[in-house]
Amino acid sequence: MRKYSFIALAALGFAALLNSCAKGEKSASSGALASNAAEKVYVKPGTHDDFYAFVSGGFSGQLSVYGLPSGRLFKVIPVFSQDPEKAYGYNEETKPMLNTSHGFIPWDDAHHPDISQTNGELDGRFVFINGNNTPRIAKIDLTTFETTEIIEIPNSAGNHSSSFVTENTEYVVAGTRFSVPVPQRDMPINEYKGNFKGALSFLSVDPEDGRMDIKFQLMMPGFDYDLSHPGRGKSHGWFFFTTYNTEEANSLLEVNASQNDKDFIAAVNWKVIEEYVNNGGGTKMPANYAHNVYDEHTHSATSTMKKEVLVVDPLKVPGAVYFLPTPKSPHGCDVDPSGEYIIGNGKLSADLTVHSFTKMLDAIEKKKFDGEAYGIPILKFEDVLAGTVNSGGLGPLHTEFDGKGNAYTTFFISSEVVKWKLETWEVVDRQPCYYSVGHLMIPGGNSRKPFGKYVMAMNKITKDRYLPTGPEVTQSAQLYDISGEKMELLLDFPTIGEPHYAAGIPADIVKKNSKKIFKLSENKHPHATLNDSEVRIERNGKEVHIYMTMIRSHFNPDNIEGVKVGDKVYFHVTNLEQDYDVPHGISMIGAQTSELLIMPGQTETFVWEPKQVGVWPFYCPDFCSALHQEMQGYVRVSPADSDIELSGTLGE
Amino acid sequence: MKIILRSSAVLFSVLLMSCGGKEEKKKDGFSLDRAKSKTEQPVAKTENKSTVKASETIDLTNKGVGPIKSVTLGAEIDTDLAKQGEEVYKQMCMACHRVGKKFIGPAPNGILERRTPEWVMNMILNPDGMVKEDPLAKELLQEFNGSPMANQGLTEDQARAVVEYFRTL
Repeated sequence: MRKYSFIALAALGFAALLNSCAKGEKSASSGALASNAAEKVYVKPGTHDDFYAFVSGGFSGQLSVYGLPSGRLFKVIPVFSQDPEKAYGYNEETKPMLNTSHGFIPWDDAHHPDISQTNGELDGRFVFINGNNTPRIAKIDLTTFETTEIIEIPNSAGNHSSSFVTENTEYVVAGTRFSVPVPQRDMPINEYKGNFKGALSFLSVDPEDGRMDIKFQLMMPGFDYDLSHPGRGKSHGWFFFTTYNTEEANSLLEVNASQNDKDFIAAVNWKVIEEYVNNGGGTKMPANYAHNVYDEHTHSATSTMKKEVLVVDPLKVPGAVYFLPTPKSPHGCDVDPSGEYIIGNGKLSADLTVHSFTKMLDAIEKKKFDGEAYGIPILKFEDVLAGTVNSGGLGPLHTEFDGKGNAYTTFFISSEVVKWKLETWEVVDRQPCYYSVGHLMIPGGNSRKPFGKYVMAMNKITKDRYLPTGPEVTQSAQLYDISGEKMELLLDFPTIGEPHYAAGIPADIVKKNSKKIFKLSENKHPHATLNDSEVRIERNGKEVHIYMTMIRSHFNPDNIEGVKVGDKVYFHVTNLEQDYDVPHGISMIGAQTSELLIMPGQTETFVWEPKQVGVWPFYCPDFCSALHQEMQGYVRVSPADSDIELSGTLGE
Repeated sequence: MKIILRSSAVLFSVLLMSCGGKEEKKKDGFSLDRAKSKTEQPVAKTENKSTVKASETIDLTNKGVGPIKSVTLGAEIDTDLAKQGEEVYKQMCMACHRVGKKFIGPAPNGILERRTPEWVMNMILNPDGMVKEDPLAKELLQEFNGSPMANQGLTEDQARAVVEYFRTL
């Protein structure tokens, strides 16, 4: 007995010791992370985040949807890459979305999401995002969170200075990174200089249905067009593009494109060009590019090849384009909420160059030119300069704004976010990033009305920040609280693919419009089976069409006979559920495609070409009810010369 | 009891064989005495006083749980409304409920002789709530293998029309 109490006493003492130790450690480490950081990102189970963040997937080709401040991942929206989880690019309905002039392209490099705006403020209707590799612009509808339109950009390559929207979503802009021969032709590469062209494409967006159309392409000198942003407020009607490789090098750009002390920001007056085009200006040029549209009512996409594009020579439109000299191969090109300041982030520099829109207009009016490049007037650097931010950092890339007079710039080489003041240009704070930050995002941070509560930095390298996963490790986002004087690091979270850029928006603007189901009464899919009396199987030569329905928890029909080896079997499957969050799936053994995952009221189609005689099962891969495991069926496959009658039954 | 069951199984398999046609008929599966009467019913009996199945229970006072508090049926069947109800039924209900035949769920025939119209409409409009809170709905879920009644998002007017259609069956 005495022994026991001694042990108990000792244990107690040890625990007290441990306790005091833990306390000591905590206070020692609180310098790196303020103690209430966890509280600030804690979103209670069952409650919602304040912001949506649409984060580009880079080389995953997709767009992921996170909540802020929690960093929770809600959905990966397939855009430019096939996604077997959602059958995007696998089912017959969405295959046309990935059609291009090069045929079916199942992948792209997704870079810069931007949310549609009205009066310079986020309106939450659409997200636009660019495909970099096979140049495309996609539109995602924020009622369904699905990609509903993709348009290919002709005469373009490495579609990088994209896809940014003007103040009323009049245009979404797609600028080429590579200059290329226009039209494409067989010619020596080293004859690039003076012969290649850089196309800046302005895609009109229909105010009613959001339909995109290439209104015109501005054929610029053969530089590389890196990033862009629209003017806003006083500078609405202009668009600004950073350029590099004004040397027009075609090889070893690492060296040869860094020779000039200054490259340019191209200031494009799109209002003037729009007027010129509306009055019949421009040249119609033969082209070949795909325009893919997904219709929410037919649940199907169509792809149309367009054969013409309107091209504008900037020299034919007086006052259309000016060059603003900007030091050291500027990368990001950002415009402050007032529209007055245009920031060029010279990526080989330590300093930021800020141009003044007012000074630019003044210099243009007084024709204070410093020469020309291919006939386009170059303004004098000193005449347009508003100020320089002596950052003390290295490798500035991108800038966003909090709407309270502060700007936040990422520095790739020195791996940090630097906060500075507009107009005084003084640096007021800096926080490290882990590691090598690219873009950053403040919700609404490139609009007239930023929501300056958080900044999210997107990092290219994470090395030791997470549990290792072999040579390939995750990239990441880092969330900082910017509501106070000093930025405060709150959270690190891994991302899907490479997060090139993100667009954030208050959740309240978007969530109320999010669709819950597709109404069966509005389903206009040509192969829909809207009720069980329409269930049928039809043969047309070697094609078999199964018009199937699904509801918790069975398929109708679930016994199918009369299918033969060599047939091409189309499963047109309609989910008859009309309740929120009750999708059903279907997967067929040996089908050389993905599953289907069908939302309530939706119809989707997959193709199966049976090669072996037998009785082959199919089932629902989405856990739909307590009887999900019973949701299954069989297809009897008979030899090619069989005369078994085609039949489909359920419960017989 | 056991003997009767066994012999009926044999009879059933003979029946199956006779209509098999050209199909394979060697394996009729195996028969195993696993009728519910032997194992499950005694347990059920201790819980419920009645042996009447939930689908056959008559309860003309229970209005169920949901938005519908009171429905007045006309003396005559409103044939236009019943026709509308039949359309809705075909579109939204037939995947699980077949007229004149037990399917995934019970047949609607004669339902208004066993249930109040309010109960029927609440079952259509609020199946999740009914299955949680209404004793008969709970029992029905068990009787029908745990297959849940789906909320098909009908409006109150549509549900009312379906009730009118049920009066014609």
